[in-house]
Amino acid sequence: MTALLQVKGLKVQVEDNEILHGLDLTVNAGEVHAIMGPNGSGKSTLSHVIAGKPGYEVTAGEILFRGEDLMDMAPDVRAAKGVFLAFQYPVEIPGVTTMNFLRTALNAQRKARGEAELLVPDFLKKVREVTAALNIPMDMMKRGVNVGFSGGEKKRNEVLQMALFQPSLCILDEMDSGLDIDALRVAADGVNALRSNERAMVVITHYQRLLNYIVPDFVHVMSKGRVVKSGGKELALELEKSGYAQFEDRAA
Amino acid sequence: MNVAVAKTNNVQALGDIFAVARDQLPGKGAVADARQKAFETFQRIGLPHRRLEDWKYTDLRASMRDIAPLSAAPDQAALTCAGDALESHAVEGARQLVLVDGVFAPQLSNVAKLEKGLTIRALRDVLESGDKAALANVMTTSADPMAALNTAMMTGGVVIELADGIELAQPLHIVHVASAKGTASFTRSVLKLGNKASATLIERFVAAEGVDEYQVHNATVFMVGDHARLDHVRLMDDERDAFNISTAFVTVGSHSHFNTFNMTTGGAVSRYQGFIACAGEHSHIATNGVNLLNGTQHADTTLFLDHAVPNCTSNEVFRAVLDDRGHSVFQGRIIVQPDAQKTAAKMMTRALLLSDEAEADNKPELEIFADDVTCGHGATTGALDESLLFYLRARGLSEKEAQALLIAAFVGEAIESIVSDDLREAAMATAERWLAARG
Repeated sequence: MTALLQVKGLKVQVEDNEILHGLDLTVNAGEVHAIMGPNGSGKSTLSHVIAGKPGYEVTAGEILFRGEDLMDMAPDVRAAKGVFLAFQYPVEIPGVTTMNFLRTALNAQRKARGEAELLVPDFLKKVREVTAALNIPMDMMKRGVNVGFSGGEKKRNEVLQMALFQPSLCILDEMDSGLDIDALRVAADGVNALRSNERAMVVITHYQRLLNYIVPDFVHVMSKGRVVKSGGKELALELEKSGYAQFEDRAA
Repeated sequence: MNVAVAKTNNVQALGDIFAVARDQLPGKGAVADARQKAFETFQRIGLPHRRLEDWKYTDLRASMRDIAPLSAAPDQAALTCAGDALESHAVEGARQLVLVDGVFAPQLSNVAKLEKGLTIRALRDVLESGDKAALANVMTTSADPMAALNTAMMTGGVVIELADGIELAQPLHIVHVASAKGTASFTRSVLKLGNKASATLIERFVAAEGVDEYQVHNATVFMVGDHARLDHVRLMDDERDAFNISTAFVTVGSHSHFNTFNMTTGGAVSRYQGFIACAGEHSHIATNGVNLLNGTQHADTTLFLDHAVPNCTSNEVFRAVLDDRGHSVFQGRIIVQPDAQKTAAKMMTRALLLSDEAEADNKPELEIFADDVTCGHGATTGALDESLLFYLRARGLSEKEAQALLIAAFVGEAIESIVSDDLREAAMATAERWLAARG
């Protein structure tokens, strides 16, 4: 079986700084992987490169999605194929209502896949279903994308998009940053509802706390641009006790 | 190049045209005298150039090299062409008033069953009528050379009056259609609202199929009474090789509301200048505008807002989106006269540059002679935000789709000021056509 995501020997630099020094990661459908590591270990860079953010230069290695090389695909092509990045800091877009944004994005993805555009009533029905499940008031849909949203609302809006677009690979970049415990629980419940055998998740986090709510199948520790240790969910607890220092020495 | 020679040639050419046309232009006696005086005002300055502060960014002496002959009155073929062009620009439910090559065309207009209190006359009829009251509204005196030239040469237009207390439900839609290549038309229209009257006026500039190089010189006089309301939307969608030099003269009475929106998407070189005066207290003036330009288009919006009396508020919101070598100019001068205490005036202009070669010039000027006022202005110029673009692309929008959505949102802030749903949608549709044409 082809892995959903295969990262092989990935080296990435920004300007002349190499940030990832040959990273390997394999994620199969149905799995939840956590990537942990200290600040500056390259976790967010990895998520950005998979999603296709400009400004990163891949100097070696490959990223395969269902066996297809993602590297030459534009970010929107990757999105249509089922790659979703939940942003650490979702941007505010004044003047574009959330509803208009969601519909434009969903239809753009459908069009790219050769599917018919969703009619307005069908679209509204879908939005109502997912907003109800995530406890998001419909009122929020009429506001500018993320404009005036609280940290928790912004993250819920990311989960809402995941639920609406139904991607097969979800990368959650520091979903817990800036969230209090209640907001974290709501967002995590939304993510857990999306777990399925067809979908994989890569949960990037600094703290073990998030993994109490989204329980991973595998945990990888990143340090200085490499995966330095992989294991089961118990690895996260071990880290919580002993910290990242041991791995930093090992990576050096 | 010798500027003095160019001035002489251009002014001479217009002088020749004026000398020949003078006796045929509508209106004798006082009207003819006023034309002569206005032409002399124009002659003293000639075509405006960059050394005139108010015309600094729009040098007509450099760009308007050819002085086009006056348009002839449209024949049947021209009217047919114009009629075809109108179809795609109709505003549902509006009373359409059509000017073809600067001449009012009753055949294409709807002047039947006028509401009580509404009168619509052709400018020519008013100029020839000797009706002093009506002429007083039409004949403006202005030191601006192009406004003066318009007074000297005006041939066609509509003069609309709305009596006291009449709230006109049906919008008025003045459509200028150019059907003759290589000619110049000089038009003037008047809209006078009585006290407690309200109306909506749309002005639109378009060309018939296949007509490109032409010159539009228009002036519109707005007189808003007390406790009155005027909503005005202007859509300038002239052909890419056209010149459009337009002036709005606005006087607003007390306790009134004047809400105006202009969108320029067309023309090679254009200038829209507004002379707006608060003549009565407790009124609100909202002036909003959008320039959407590409290729080598040049569009200048220049507003002079005179807070002559106390207790009025004004708000100017202006947006420009510029691609290729597009050049947008916004000059906003607000004058708060010594007596105009409690004035609140705001101005915000923002330009979005989609290309390295595009240019935006913003010149806010606040001249405040009263001490108890709240005035402010701001201006920004920049490119599309990369982080917003990436967010949208990561959600499946192509580069063009992402740009289009952000540009629509950017101009939407100004378009939102249009009160009528239908007109707001018409303006948004024009903007979306422009975006779609970017390909």
